[in-house]
Amino acid sequence: MRETFISIFAIFWKDILSGLRTKEILTSVLVFGLLVLVIFNFAFEPGAGIRESVAPGILWVALVFAGVLGLNRTFDPEKENSCIEGLMLCPVERHVIYWGKLASSLTFMLMVAVIITPIFLALFDLPLFLPRLALIIALASLGFSAIGSLFSALSVGTRARDLLLPILFLPVAVPIIIAAVESTGLILEGRPWGDMWTWLQIMIAFDIIFLVISTLVFEFVVEE
Amino acid sequence: MIGDRNPAEDRCPPPGGKSVLWNNALLGLGLALMITALYLVFMYVPTEKTMGDVQRIFYFHVPLAWVAFLAFFVVFICSILYLWKRDAKWDIFARASVEVGVIFTTLVLITGPIWAKAVWGVWWTWDARLTATLVLWIIYIAYMLVRRYTSDEARGARFAAVVGIVGFIDVPIVFLAIQLWRTQHPGALVFEGGLAAPMLLTLMVSIAAFTVLYIILTARSVTLKNLEEAVRRLKGSQ
Repeated sequence: MRETFISIFAIFWKDILSGLRTKEILTSVLVFGLLVLVIFNFAFEPGAGIRESVAPGILWVALVFAGVLGLNRTFDPEKENSCIEGLMLCPVERHVIYWGKLASSLTFMLMVAVIITPIFLALFDLPLFLPRLALIIALASLGFSAIGSLFSALSVGTRARDLLLPILFLPVAVPIIIAAVESTGLILEGRPWGDMWTWLQIMIAFDIIFLVISTLVFEFVVEE
Repeated sequence: MIGDRNPAEDRCPPPGGKSVLWNNALLGLGLALMITALYLVFMYVPTEKTMGDVQRIFYFHVPLAWVAFLAFFVVFICSILYLWKRDAKWDIFARASVEVGVIFTTLVLITGPIWAKAVWGVWWTWDARLTATLVLWIIYIAYMLVRRYTSDEARGARFAAVVGIVGFIDVPIVFLAIQLWRTQHPGALVFEGGLAAPMLLTLMVSIAAFTVLYIILTARSVTLKNLEEAVRRLKGSQ
């Protein structure tokens, strides 16, 4: 058990180190997320009247699209110099690789969210301190990386990697997107915890189901 | 060239015999059921009181939706069996079934709005069933794209099986999420006994007709894919 955690951490740390050293993924994903916020501002001209109704959608479109962009790069660097083969040769079970990749893509997603969300709240003149929103972002990011890491490994094995990932990822992520947008709306309206409970349940159920399924099927995706 | 080798090596599925008999029987049954269904839908069943003639599309819309879900359920089962047993047979079944499923879902998404425009006054609403069907349709188009974009046959089969499993498990969650969000679609009248007897009969015959049609189309597609496979083997062994 302990060895499994050490192996997961090793894969996770390798990704984080190379991500932080090159900085290219994090920077481009962040700039992209900010651009989405800015472009939606032109598209909707969020005046005071419709701010509450469109703001959650704008935040989540920015986070989801930035997330897909980042997920595209989860397995892509491994293709260079056939690193993926080295990874597969590691004397660990295949699902350990999945959990390592899941941990690193989740961390990147949260790093992006931690920077984009306050900027979003400031740009739209919303309250800055929203601990409940942090919980929603954490649950949603976990769900996104659970299926995202699986589909990312799948799409790098095809000829159309950058194209296929969003096509696979977005429809499957629909429940999380709905739950995240709805509960963010409730938070911005200042509604109590109880109103959010259904959406939290959906996100927790989604996270658990797809963590289990992905762990089970991941070995079929990377097997050669 | 072919004559040089042992003929048993490049055996195609032999035409004739039992399978042709089965095929013809199935075709006959399908034809009879389809004609009966058409008669029932357009001649026999009374016109619905409030909705009028447009409601008759219900007898195509619901069976198409039922068969589409059946087709994707078959894909789900075949995907699990393929990953488990690694028999190319299951992959071929899944591929054949997904094609029919996507066509039938497309028809559901076409017949639905025609009905909705007349009854609800809009082509589309973001209701649980409609949206879940749309998401389902996109997932299985992605399934077919995964196949198309994978060069290696066995890898494509594995990838598709993974999408077939994840996609099918996702659909109930999508449905639940959207149902909590908003819903407008008429409920499952059939199971609440809210459907008059002639209407229920027509619906059942229509469902039977479309299910047989699904089996015929899938069986044809499986035969075709086996032949393609045989041709590929023959070409490869030249």
